[in-house]
Amino acid sequence: MANKILIADDEQNIVISLEFLMKREGFEVTVAGDGEEAITRIREIRPDLVLLDVMMPRKSGFEVCQEVKADAELQATKILMLTAKGRDTEVAKGLAMGADGYMTKPFSTKELVAKVRSLLGMGA
Amino acid sequence: MTERKLLPVALAVAAAYWFVALAAIGGMMWADLSADERGIVGPILGRRLELMVAMAFIGFAGVALALRAIHAHWIVATGKVAESAGLVVNSDSDRSLEPLGNRELRAIVRVINALLDQRKALREDVNVQIREAKRSVEEERNRLAALMSELTQSVVVCNLDGRILLYNNRARLQFKALSEAQGVGGGAGELIGLGRSIYSVFERNLVNHALEGIQHRLRKNVAQPVANFVTTTRAGQLLRVQMSPVLTLQQGEGGEERSVTGFILMLDNITRNFESESRRDQMLHTLTEGNRAALANVRAAAEMLDYPELQEALRVRFRKVIRDEVEAMSERLDRTATEFADSLKTRWPLEEMLGADLVAAAQRRVEGRLSLPTKIEDVDESLWVKVDSFSLLQAVTYLVSRLSDEFEVREVRFRLTGAGRLVHLDVIWSGQAMSTETVMNWELEPMQFAGEVSPLTVRDVIERHDGEMWLEREKVRHRAFFRILLPMAIPQQQVEAEAFMRGESRPEYYDFDLFNWSEQAHALDDRPLAALTFTVFDTETTGLQPSAGDEIIQVGATRILNGKLLRHESFEQLVNPGRPLDPGSAQIHGITESMLEGQPTIDTVLPAFHAFAAETVLVAHNAAFDMRFLQLKEERTGLHFGQPVLDTLLLSAVVHPNQDSHRLEAIAERLGITIIGRHTALGDAIVTAEVFLKLIPLLAEKGIHTLAQARVASEQTYYARVKY
Repeated sequence: MANKILIADDEQNIVISLEFLMKREGFEVTVAGDGEEAITRIREIRPDLVLLDVMMPRKSGFEVCQEVKADAELQATKILMLTAKGRDTEVAKGLAMGADGYMTKPFSTKELVAKVRSLLGMGA
Repeated sequence: MTERKLLPVALAVAAAYWFVALAAIGGMMWADLSADERGIVGPILGRRLELMVAMAFIGFAGVALALRAIHAHWIVATGKVAESAGLVVNSDSDRSLEPLGNRELRAIVRVINALLDQRKALREDVNVQIREAKRSVEEERNRLAALMSELTQSVVVCNLDGRILLYNNRARLQFKALSEAQGVGGGAGELIGLGRSIYSVFERNLVNHALEGIQHRLRKNVAQPVANFVTTTRAGQLLRVQMSPVLTLQQGEGGEERSVTGFILMLDNITRNFESESRRDQMLHTLTEGNRAALANVRAAAEMLDYPELQEALRVRFRKVIRDEVEAMSERLDRTATEFADSLKTRWPLEEMLGADLVAAAQRRVEGRLSLPTKIEDVDESLWVKVDSFSLLQAVTYLVSRLSDEFEVREVRFRLTGAGRLVHLDVIWSGQAMSTETVMNWELEPMQFAGEVSPLTVRDVIERHDGEMWLEREKVRHRAFFRILLPMAIPQQQVEAEAFMRGESRPEYYDFDLFNWSEQAHALDDRPLAALTFTVFDTETTGLQPSAGDEIIQVGATRILNGKLLRHESFEQLVNPGRPLDPGSAQIHGITESMLEGQPTIDTVLPAFHAFAAETVLVAHNAAFDMRFLQLKEERTGLHFGQPVLDTLLLSAVVHPNQDSHRLEAIAERLGITIIGRHTALGDAIVTAEVFLKLIPLLAEKGIHTLAQARVASEQTYYARVKY
């Protein structure tokens, strides 16, 4: 069965690239446009991995991450945070909130794919 | 008996002896003669009786002359020498004594003269040394004064009570810019002035915090025990302040001890620098960080275009993404370049501090303010942090206070560890952890605890440090902690303290006898008049009926500190009364309608004057009149002049109860004060101040020394019953 990926980002212009990229890798892709929708979708479809943007309306990526990691049933969900802020304090906070990986925008799509595959335990 | 009276007595004794002896010899010879012989001698002698008496007197004259010579030589000369020696002892004259009398006396005179010569030499030597010392003190003073006035930095010296003891012109100008009542009454007078409190400019807690830091550094023998802080003033200016201690050597138990008797503040108004710097930062930030998301979109889309299997429809969409994003970025670039000042995010200047010191300070504060025990858990002694320690410690204390109030935490532990170029400051407690929402609320509410209120929130403080903060749980150990990320500083070189300390640590301006000025613990009432600070003021008004609509048109004031009139620290301001002047009134006060045009109203002037007069005793001539005008404005301006008031009219009546006139001119004339520039408010205030200064010793002669005594005496005089 194909791995399920949730893309949570409010920027349409990155979502279409990420969606194409993930589908191309053969993943089953769902999209959420804000933090609350992301939580709902995660509970609903139980994705294997979430590409989680930090700056989102209604609920920030940090909050979503913390909620997911606090929920025993969702422990298996991998979270790869995407942020448009280059400060290392943010990276530290994200990892402290339980994120499994962290990428700072702009990133190379090849590296993103590699990171996603490694988090999912697939060979590069 | 003096030697002068000795001579007649000696003569009388000699005369008595002489004549009795002669008579006795004559008598005995007569008794020895036989009757025959008496018959022969009797007639012979009888006929020569006058001659015999005359011979006796001549003989006595010889004795008297001899006696006088002896007296002059032995007794009078000794007396003269003693007298002139006494004169020299009690005077500054170094005139040699005249050698007199016998040989022994002359020898004594020579010894005395030698001693006199020695004394003269010694005196001259002492005088030379005193002159030398005075000259060098004067030189030091001039050098310091020159240095202070040349400094481009403002310098203010305060004692431990925060009273200003010394300041330079630069500081005066700077305070003028800080004054909320800019330009009113000459400006800055209410903020800076000898004896004024620095706490009207800086928050007391902030200064105490810096002093605490200095004390701490002194105890650890740090080479330069200075503290830096940045603060905003009430007028919204940003000041960078460096505080250094004034150290005095004192005899303590273990020998000489240095103790802090005051502090020096060096002020830099960095509002401008800071604004331009943060603008530049902001622009840089928008152009770098602000473009990350857009670049990510463009890059991803561009990289997608490389895939050969891409369908045409998608290819078109990716091209559109690239076009749109690049357009948006160009727009952002333009906007940033032109309007970067719009959304200024203030970044706070930070000071470098040893992490362990920060933790120790946090412990002291939590224990002191909240009476909550603290412990240390793993503090990396080598770490330096860049912090605004005042606000950061406030934030930590505030968080702990909420933990203690709302979650009954009974102990907190501190941990400080390094992580790359960041430092983790952890506040740890045992027990339950609160929800993320609760923490969020704590972060976003203005800090308030243990009587301290700050307009800042924890979030503001964290942002000031460009840091982060979050709550983390340690489930296994059943504890939780707040982690605060702080920027790390490059470790400072710890200069060997010894060299600095052993050297001349005595400051150059040691000679200024300023630090004895200390706040009395007693209430003002028991303070001697000579030791109080006074604001002597006068008003010019449109007329004499405040309750019938007359208004103040000029306020003038000057200050008296420690019995000295501080003419240069004066307040003078015309006031637009908002009503026409009575024709002819200009003859009294010399103020015309045109002079009042464009002047501030009483609503602006009174707050400035209120600040100028803060923490002093008010003095005015016929004070009841002026006070009535001020009181009538109380409701409108919300300013109450609650300080003690003295009236020179009443005090003059106390001192000279039998004089007819207690008009200011009459009193000034009686006390020998020359009047110049009368009938301007400031001119009259200065005359009143001079009168007041002359009255203080006259009151003391009547047993009136303290403020309370002066008030009681004033009340008892007849004039006290006059009401306006």
